[in-house]
Amino acid sequence: MAVDVCRGIFRFTRIPAGYIAVMTRGHLSPEASVTLADRLQGFFGEHRADLVRFATLQLRDPAMAEDAVQETLIAVLQGHAEFANRSTVKTWVFSILKRKIIDALRVRQREVPISQLGGSDEEREGFDTLFDQRGHWATEHRPHRWADPDDSLEQQQFWRVFELCLDHLPERTSRVFMMREFLELDTDEICQELAITTSNCWVILHRARMSLRLCLEETWFTH
Amino acid sequence: MMNCKQATHLMSEDLDRPLRWRERMALRFHLMMCGGCRNFRQQIAFLRAAMRMRSGGN
Repeated sequence: MAVDVCRGIFRFTRIPAGYIAVMTRGHLSPEASVTLADRLQGFFGEHRADLVRFATLQLRDPAMAEDAVQETLIAVLQGHAEFANRSTVKTWVFSILKRKIIDALRVRQREVPISQLGGSDEEREGFDTLFDQRGHWATEHRPHRWADPDDSLEQQQFWRVFELCLDHLPERTSRVFMMREFLELDTDEICQELAITTSNCWVILHRARMSLRLCLEETWFTH
Repeated sequence: MMNCKQATHLMSEDLDRPLRWRERMALRFHLMMCGGCRNFRQQIAFLRAAMRMRSGGN
């Protein structure tokens, strides 16, 4: 029932305060319901696409992403007391969405353990050509200083390139990297979650960073 | 002595765990002499900064 209510909300141009009252089970005064409705309306109106995109990038499954966002809205509506103590809606909603994504990843890990994902062999190193026989950078592959990286962060085109580079990571690598850098889990949590060893985790993260920096160097920071 | 390939592993792990004293010293020594690895270190720090920005929380 709750999900139906939330799906309904997305079709309204305004979130009716009455729904807030229902979802918060009458814990809010009518005035507070109106205020919360306005703030959530503003937030979801502006950021719903961001939330879905955020979840899709992590889960790589549009249906799962949509579910995570729906569940986030439900949690948001139910968590009004917590909300009262938060200064920004955005930080709060994203923190809930991250937890929903972690839950979804747990479910998926049970269904498709990382050990069953392909690509582990071809992923192994693959960066040997960047180094000479003694393990020093080969001259043509020695990392150059990137010109004005902070300026890149301001450019929309940069973010498109960055997403493409992320998309090119093999699935196993991507899953670990996103858990580390996007969900900001520490390596112990990741290892536990994915049932891999800590050193394996470090190797995968190293691979992800090698791959991303190479991709950015070749496609964005060209000279 | 540490080579660049090993240094990239340590620089990456430095983002995920505290390095041991010996590792830190060996890495510092390597970086003093290796411009390529100094650039690499800045680049993976940039990757982390970009990921944090992308997370939308800020």
